[in-house]
Amino acid sequence: MIRLPLVLIFAALLFSAGVYGVLARRNAVMVLMAIELMLNAVNLNLIAFSASLKDVSGQIFALFVIAVAAAEVGIGLALVILLFRNRASINVDEVDLLKW
Amino acid sequence: MTAQEYAFVVVAVVGSLAAIAVVTARNVVHAALYLVVALASVGITFLLVGAEFVGWTQILIYVGAIVILFLFGLMLTKAPIGRDTLDHTWKNRLAGGLVGVVMFVGLAALTLRVWPVGTTPASAPVDGSTAAIGTSLFHDYVLPFEVVSFLLLAALIGAIVLARKDDGDEA
Repeated sequence: MIRLPLVLIFAALLFSAGVYGVLARRNAVMVLMAIELMLNAVNLNLIAFSASLKDVSGQIFALFVIAVAAAEVGIGLALVILLFRNRASINVDEVDLLKW
Repeated sequence: MTAQEYAFVVVAVVGSLAAIAVVTARNVVHAALYLVVALASVGITFLLVGAEFVGWTQILIYVGAIVILFLFGLMLTKAPIGRDTLDHTWKNRLAGGLVGVVMFVGLAALTLRVWPVGTTPASAPVDGSTAAIGTSLFHDYVLPFEVVSFLLLAALIGAIVLARKDDGDEA
């Protein structure tokens, strides 16, 4: 069977890659993809601890995270498409109407 | 090391490389396809740990639905190709890389300090069958389940309202 720390390190790498993606990417769709990576890292941790603690609750929470992630992608991409229609660009640094 | 651990290490290495490729690829469609590999490797890890239902849900929803949504988003926004248009300046990339590396080293060091790989016992596979998940979901987590279904409905309606063309403005 798989030992807990191995899975946790895999999840840490996925999360760190996601953080880098959110900070370094300029295209809004790529930022959303990086957020998906981070959510998956969290799911991985939930499942790993569910196996380690012999408790099915971790898997239930992972399912909830998947559902919320699906809702987030749907809304996020709708916002991106709306942004593209209004500004003809989805670069996150050009969306500065609210900037002081 | 057990057979599952060898399989997991292979899957984890592939998934890690794919995840790094997602955030560094210069072509958006390639990034979406690397995302498929990364998400599928997470799903296979779920299956290896024993969480069958969540593993197949992961593969169905992420690989089947969410990546397709991403590809639609890329098509509808005429996503450009190339480092300059996809990424921030090299200063932002350097800062982001620094934050990412420090975060990974910190998390990994913390994990190995609490659960050293050599001494942590391997856990038996968890019961991740559909029956076990269903029993728990509809006995202990009925209210959160209903709230999530309402959230999905609201998100669906919200996405349609946001993305549809406003006829009133154009007329």
